[in-house]
Amino acid sequence: MSVQSPISSVNDFVVRFANVNGSGSASANELFARSILRHGVPVSPRNIFPSNIQGLPTWYEVRVTEAGHLGARGGVDLMVAMNPQTWDKDVASIEPGGYLFYDSTKPMPSSKFRADITVIGVPLTAITNSTYTDPRQRQLFKNIIYLGALCALLDLDPKLVEQLIGEQYKGKEKLLSSNVHALHLGRDWALQNLKCPIGLQVKKSDKVGDRIFMEGNSAAALGAVYGGATVCAWYPITPSSSVAEAFTSHCKKLRHDPETGKAKYAIVQGEDELASIGIVIGASWNGARAFTATSGPGISLMTEFIGLSYFAEIPAVIMNIQRAGPSTGMPTRTQQCDIIACAYASHGDTKHVLLFPEDPAEAFEFAAQSFDLADRLQTMIFLMLDLDIGMNHRLCRPLKWDDARQYDRGKVMTAEMLNEPGRDFGRYLDVDGDGIPYRTYPGTHPTKGSFFTRGTSRDRYARYSEEGAIYADNMQRLVRKFETAQDMVPRPLQANAARPTKYGVIYFGSTSPAMDEAIGILEARGHQLDRMRIRAFPFHSSVASFIADHDFVYVVEQNRDGQLRQLIVNENGIDPVRLVPILHYDGTPITARFIANAIGDHQDHLKVTPLRKAVS
Amino acid sequence: MTYIAKPKFQHPGLPKNELGYTHRDYEGKVSTLCAGCGHDSITASIIEACYELSIEPHRVAKISGIGCSSKTPDYFLGNSHGFNSVHGRMPSVLTGANLANRDLIYLGVSGDGDSASIGFGQFAHSIRRAVNMTYIVENNGVYGLTKGQFSATADRGSKSKKGVMNTDNAIDLVAIALQLGASFVARSFSGDKSQLVPLIAAAIRHKGAAFIDVISPCIAFNNHAGSTKSFDYVREHNDAVNRLDVLTGRDPISVEYAPGTVQVVEQHDGTRLALRKIDADYDANDRLAAMTFLQKHAAKGQVVTGLLYVDPDAEDLHTHLDTVETPLNTLEAKDLCPGSAALEKINASLR
Repeated sequence: MSVQSPISSVNDFVVRFANVNGSGSASANELFARSILRHGVPVSPRNIFPSNIQGLPTWYEVRVTEAGHLGARGGVDLMVAMNPQTWDKDVASIEPGGYLFYDSTKPMPSSKFRADITVIGVPLTAITNSTYTDPRQRQLFKNIIYLGALCALLDLDPKLVEQLIGEQYKGKEKLLSSNVHALHLGRDWALQNLKCPIGLQVKKSDKVGDRIFMEGNSAAALGAVYGGATVCAWYPITPSSSVAEAFTSHCKKLRHDPETGKAKYAIVQGEDELASIGIVIGASWNGARAFTATSGPGISLMTEFIGLSYFAEIPAVIMNIQRAGPSTGMPTRTQQCDIIACAYASHGDTKHVLLFPEDPAEAFEFAAQSFDLADRLQTMIFLMLDLDIGMNHRLCRPLKWDDARQYDRGKVMTAEMLNEPGRDFGRYLDVDGDGIPYRTYPGTHPTKGSFFTRGTSRDRYARYSEEGAIYADNMQRLVRKFETAQDMVPRPLQANAARPTKYGVIYFGSTSPAMDEAIGILEARGHQLDRMRIRAFPFHSSVASFIADHDFVYVVEQNRDGQLRQLIVNENGIDPVRLVPILHYDGTPITARFIANAIGDHQDHLKVTPLRKAVS
Repeated sequence: MTYIAKPKFQHPGLPKNELGYTHRDYEGKVSTLCAGCGHDSITASIIEACYELSIEPHRVAKISGIGCSSKTPDYFLGNSHGFNSVHGRMPSVLTGANLANRDLIYLGVSGDGDSASIGFGQFAHSIRRAVNMTYIVENNGVYGLTKGQFSATADRGSKSKKGVMNTDNAIDLVAIALQLGASFVARSFSGDKSQLVPLIAAAIRHKGAAFIDVISPCIAFNNHAGSTKSFDYVREHNDAVNRLDVLTGRDPISVEYAPGTVQVVEQHDGTRLALRKIDADYDANDRLAAMTFLQKHAAKGQVVTGLLYVDPDAEDLHTHLDTVETPLNTLEAKDLCPGSAALEKINASLR
């Protein structure tokens, strides 16, 4: 093996913790990530975990990135190898010149290491066992002890870590002091026995600013609170369960009547996804704002009701936290694989509105907006998150709310309106030409405005009809309504390259940070790309013009079949050869390295001199 | 037939209820079911019960699934909102509607196919959640719209119109409802309006999950010899445990009952249910006894009818969730949105 000099980097490296699921490592690892943030240095952490409660391998990766690249980077500079099960794979994954941190209590044969990495042994078990007798304490404090050792090795300010522990255990003095004690136990051992710091170091900076550190699922749930959702029905499914759980905890803090203490919300854990969406549709039909959160298999189960929502025009919101499919697929891995399934969910001719937030801040914003859109358009709105945004803490801009903002409840006819002389109420009557009819809430008026909601065909006055012309008239109005939606949903965001270029790239959702970083890498390689981030379906007209303005447009997505590309081709009548798919679908989050390599290679091929010219 | 408009003319002398509404004000469109269908008698009983209770017709939400029975909400309470939803999913839609506005009356209409097969799960869970509703199953033991297949409530050994013997065991929705904690459980027969009307009225006035199984013969596909859901069979095997009088308002019980022959139950809203005993030993406040009684009589081929169980102190889902008294669908941004100051605090906690 070649002699490799150790990696030397300040505020730009990747640390990966290899742990055993259920060992209590998660909170210590999160503490590590947060303490780097407190140094003013951005981090991007990711959970890589199995579909399991206890015993299987789990990893936590922290990308330390002063430059603010929040996508996954790929590769590991420092491996904290705490899981014997995955040792070989973990050691192999370290970048040449990287570092291996391990529990050296039991001697390991030299064959278990690599010559091109720096090996750092700390006898964690020995230190823990000589200090604690309770097995549970030994397990938990071992995690804090390795955190202490990392403090010394990476030159973290222990005061900042102590401060965080203080905030976490506020009011629980005993736990606070014992955690701080364990932290110093590890730190002191490292300072006395190891060469500290190593080549990877954290130096104080000011690159975090006022940004917040939040999970997308919690942000979406908070958006539902701010957006006025009062009914939530859900069925547990990874990776969406924490949406409903976060909604519950936000509501407990923010939604109880100060005088009576009673709840201004109702949350029901349904018996399955069918019941959950049924409850949501029943509540929305009756004028409440309601939502459910689910993932791919749940969407499959809900499709019959989704078609009813489309055809009977009942507002509703589904938050789909996408995971790798098909079938049970990889339930704890990320993908953007339900685009087609949601866009055209249900039998018959259907189309649905999809929103694609890029991070927790946008998840909050779009979640709140989805209730306005659902009411305004009287249809199903899908908030399309994925596991990468939903279940990882992401640094993002602070959440904002305008107190002057009112809810848009859409076209609802009140008793007063029904009493106006000459007022004609037809539930499916297109009075404004935008395809959106008026609705009434049940119980509005003793003699006017009632109608029978049904999934069967009916005329403009909600009367049952199987007349072909009447059916077609209604279906055409639904198309009109979908066209109206185009200008209501969040518009795509476009950013042009420094120099004029014939090439563009389209991307969406959690691909965003990796794409931003990839653009820099590609620029350095001499490739200029205009980019467009799509934020919703139906597509705004600027999507078609963006494609028309370029020779080729890359469509970057995290699924096998290029689902967004298919949707663009299908909806805009685009020649498929003009859209080049860049697809990442192994269940890990897409990286800048992957995008830059895939697009870079394609661009390099384009620059080959045509044979005809070369010969002549 | 729906293409025949129902005449709007009404006799000026039609009697009116306390609110000044006549019977006609509780009617809906003309039924499209077969002439003589048991379901139409149930429709008539719902109209009668709502008229007698002097309910504001538009304060009722009628929700159903898919099937012959689920079409019927179009044929009563024409000024109410109705929702003919998805097969077997009436209970979830009703649950959601109820959560959105606790002030309306929720009438769920379903059939045996809708509730005992595809919707068996939703039936069970809406009952165990104690949704405040009147859940009526129009039970004919057969799939009518698809022309005569057995449903899950068809008794083992009963014969289809084509002569096929049913070999599967029957699901008794009443027994299940009792087991799941329904706080009002009754069975009746579409051919016995005098029994059915007060049961529906009492169920509407009950706070909690009220379930009524109404045997309702399908004259097209399940009214032949060998069927256990035919008019003849049910008449012969009907074993009523009690007859019910629903007493509303503050009037004292005006009817004289012989001592020991009546059990009076007072519900939450002050409605009194006077149960005239037919079976002297039957106690409608005893869930366990009701379950045993039901099983014993079913084994003998008898169809037990009447108010089988009632818990007048029942709680409903809103009580369990401790929701505000104001209907959730009337809350506005000022009630629901915590505002920017609270958001700033949340931001600060995430740094």
